Amino acid sequence: MFDREEAYISWVLLNVTDRGLHCEAGDFYIDPWLPVPRAVITHAHGDHARWGCDSYLGAREGERVMRTRLGAGATIRFVDYGEAIDQQGVRISLHPAGHILGSAQVRVEYQGEVWVVSGDYKTEPDATCTPFELVRCHTFITESTFGLPIYRWTPEAIALDELRAWWRANADAGRTSVLFAYSLGKAQRVLAGLRDAAIGPIYTHGAIERLNRDYRDSGVAIADTIYAGTMPRGHDYAGGLVLAPPSAGGSLWLRRFGAISTGFASGWMRIRGARRRRSIDRGFVLSDHADWPSLLATIDATGAERVWVTHGYREPVVRWLVEHGVEAEAVASRWEGEGEAELQDLGVAGEEIVA
Amino acid sequence: MKRFAALVAAIDETTRTSEKVEAMVAYFKDAQPADAAWAVHFLSGERPKRLIPVRRLAGWATEASDVPEWLFEQCYEAVGDLAETISLLLPEPATPEERALHVWIEEYLLPLGEMEEHEQRAAILAAWRSLAGFERFVWNKLITGGFRVGVSQPLVIRALSRVSGLSEGVIAHRLTGNWAPHADSWTTLVAEQTADTDVSRPYPFYLAYALEEELETLGEPQEWQVEWKWDGIRAQLVRRADRCYLWSRGEELVTERFPEIATAARLLPDGTVIDGEIMPWKEGKPLAFSQLQRRIGRKALGTKILEEVPVVLIAYDLLEIAGEDVRERPLAWRRARLAELLATPGVSRTLMLSPAVAAAAWDAVRAAWRRAREECAEGLMLKRLDASYGVGRRRGGWWKWKVQPYAVDAVMIYAQAGHGRRASLNTDYTFAVWDGGTLVPFAKAYSGLTDAEIRELDAWIRRNTVEKFGPVRSVKPEQVFELAFEGIQPSPRHKSGVAVRFPRIARWRTDKKPEDADTLETLRTLLHAADTEGDSRE
Ligand SMILES: [Zn+2]
Ligand SMILES: [Zn+2]
Repeated sequence: MFDREEAYISWVLLNVTDRGLHCEAGDFYIDPWLPVPRAVITHAHGDHARWGCDSYLGAREGERVMRTRLGAGATIRFVDYGEAIDQQGVRISLHPAGHILGSAQVRVEYQGEVWVVSGDYKTEPDATCTPFELVRCHTFITESTFGLPIYRWTPEAIALDELRAWWRANADAGRTSVLFAYSLGKAQRVLAGLRDAAIGPIYTHGAIERLNRDYRDSGVAIADTIYAGTMPRGHDYAGGLVLAPPSAGGSLWLRRFGAISTGFASGWMRIRGARRRRSIDRGFVLSDHADWPSLLATIDATGAERVWVTHGYREPVVRWLVEHGVEAEAVASRWEGEGEAELQDLGVAGEEIVA
Repeated sequence: MKRFAALVAAIDETTRTSEKVEAMVAYFKDAQPADAAWAVHFLSGERPKRLIPVRRLAGWATEASDVPEWLFEQCYEAVGDLAETISLLLPEPATPEERALHVWIEEYLLPLGEMEEHEQRAAILAAWRSLAGFERFVWNKLITGGFRVGVSQPLVIRALSRVSGLSEGVIAHRLTGNWAPHADSWTTLVAEQTADTDVSRPYPFYLAYALEEELETLGEPQEWQVEWKWDGIRAQLVRRADRCYLWSRGEELVTERFPEIATAARLLPDGTVIDGEIMPWKEGKPLAFSQLQRRIGRKALGTKILEEVPVVLIAYDLLEIAGEDVRERPLAWRRARLAELLATPGVSRTLMLSPAVAAAAWDAVRAAWRRAREECAEGLMLKRLDASYGVGRRRGGWWKWKVQPYAVDAVMIYAQAGHGRRASLNTDYTFAVWDGGTLVPFAKAYSGLTDAEIRELDAWIRRNTVEKFGPVRSVKPEQVFELAFEGIQPSPRHKSGVAVRFPRIARWRTDKKPEDADTLETLRTLLHAADTEGDSRE
């Protein structure tokens, strides 16, 4: 007999509710934005991992950062990439997303139907996390933070070279280099890239230092850093590099560093106006998200018959896919791209979060 | 081109003037003379006029980057700058080619103006294929006529002074007038000794900052000369080698436009340069600025207009006497020599010494300022009697103190994205006043709001857009602003029938409703008042 409910569920294995992306068959949510009993978390960024759920499931690689973000009291079950667990007959497994340490795509399988939720992802490998793994599926729910063809990345090595040259020039001029980078992921990626740049000491803002410790404890090799909060008053920072979250821009906290040049490592720096609006001296195009060509290539390679698009530039990505014969739809979520959520997460600008 | 693009990037990447100067010095030190000449030209704010309509360019770029038109539009909206959108969308060139700046300009850019559309297309596509990254952006800026670099003329002069070892005054002087971007002009510009053969060359104008403090902060009134700030055309009269040249502040040669002044100037001795203001003047009194504009607008100067709107040069200052540059001498000395010169018979009717306003006490100065509009002046100028004649805008020696501008409350009806730093924000607004039940646009204004207000207004605009045509949005007529402007005159070209000068936003009147905004009638009253100010002196 034709079971209407079964048919419905297999058609939409996941659907968007006011609390987030919900799997009815397995009764769990993926990256919910309101507290729920069971949450599967793609990664520890603030817009994806929220406080207050009864239980969480996450990738083991990200154990330390997720504990830092969700608090010591949270009930979290960690699984290895590829390890499957059963939830009321729904098979859930996590697969590397290449975005930050422990970031995962969530693969959900029920009665032969496979859905993959990408979370945030990046296909270019970097030294701080397991590289992105392509997972074939029937329905792919992809992010689209940089879903416009103006966003095309150059290899990471180029941004790192530019960064070193800028730091060197500032050091020669007796200035302190202040680099703004998101405190979880981007900062550590920069630090991994600067491991053997012996230009000067690297100082960090408290928000970053806390996560540096998590990365080191997780076995990721990053450059040595000094927490700026431990330096005596009047310390001379000239020639050093200061890593700070973007929210510290323009704050009193920056005053101690004397004459500075400011830089910002972000995919948004591809656009000149994005840098100039923030009155930043130098922009370094370094993103933890897929650019336009790799978004399209990934969507294509998943073999998905249906694509749901979340995050930033949903409409252009959907329209492009539809014009190219793919069944695609924009899906509203409270997930954000490289940006605002990270800022809010840090609380008051410049406030030190002591490790 | 690579080096020039790198210079533009270096200037773009810092807000410190010392670093901007440093970057320019580094560039000029070993640039080819022909490249350096073009760089001076562009850095001084000159730009090639737009050679290709933007729409056409966008079409070719859409084609070359293989994206559909709607997607190009989306990208443009995100970037806010056409030249940048194009350079970000085009595929990176497989084989970038390096050509010198002057080659790009002289052999590729300038000829575009003479080409047919299909030739232009081929030339542009070829250029895009050989320029990479930021160079392509600079090129696009040059061909769209939107090239702007974040340096002021004084900074360029400072850099050139450092490169050449010459004083800033000499560089500034050599740059004024008909400076053309050629290798020879560069060599002459930085040469230690040159027989300065260009007898027409004016000096850079000294410009005043607006007075913001109380008069008392300036010290004793006896140390100052107070003059009317005339609302005419600032000009420099050069009398050398038995010829005369009249330069406007925009460094345009306007001798032919004002034959009266040229005639009177012939009575001056050779080697004289006077700074002054061209003013419409009849029967011993000034006329309104709109009268002068009537005259400027004419192609040919008939006897009728010469009779209706005669002009004089109100002489402010003496920069050169007997061929000697006297800008370093104190104002008191220069003015005394100027008065002697103008006493030459037959001169003073057309070349009038700018009258000094009695300034025994600051209160008397305040009283004069309140009278300024009756005198057909925009306000007062305060000049230190012991000050030299500076280069460009400098603080301290001269102050301008303008009378309060006109102001009306108007409703915003259109908004448009700005340029450069504000490319993704709506910062250009069109304002309207009521005429019966309809809103008639009468002014566009770009400035006057704080960054925070701009962001707030931008968000409001996005939520309240009624229609979009290209970059322009029509918005719900709800927001009221107090607009200030410097002058008003009739204009058949505007729907409202009036044109205002230098409109800017004085305040965002969130306390007012659209129906509280002013009417066209208010503007007409102001217009009438402005007119009679002039007429009453005839
Ligand atoms: Zn993320
Ligand atoms: Zn996200």
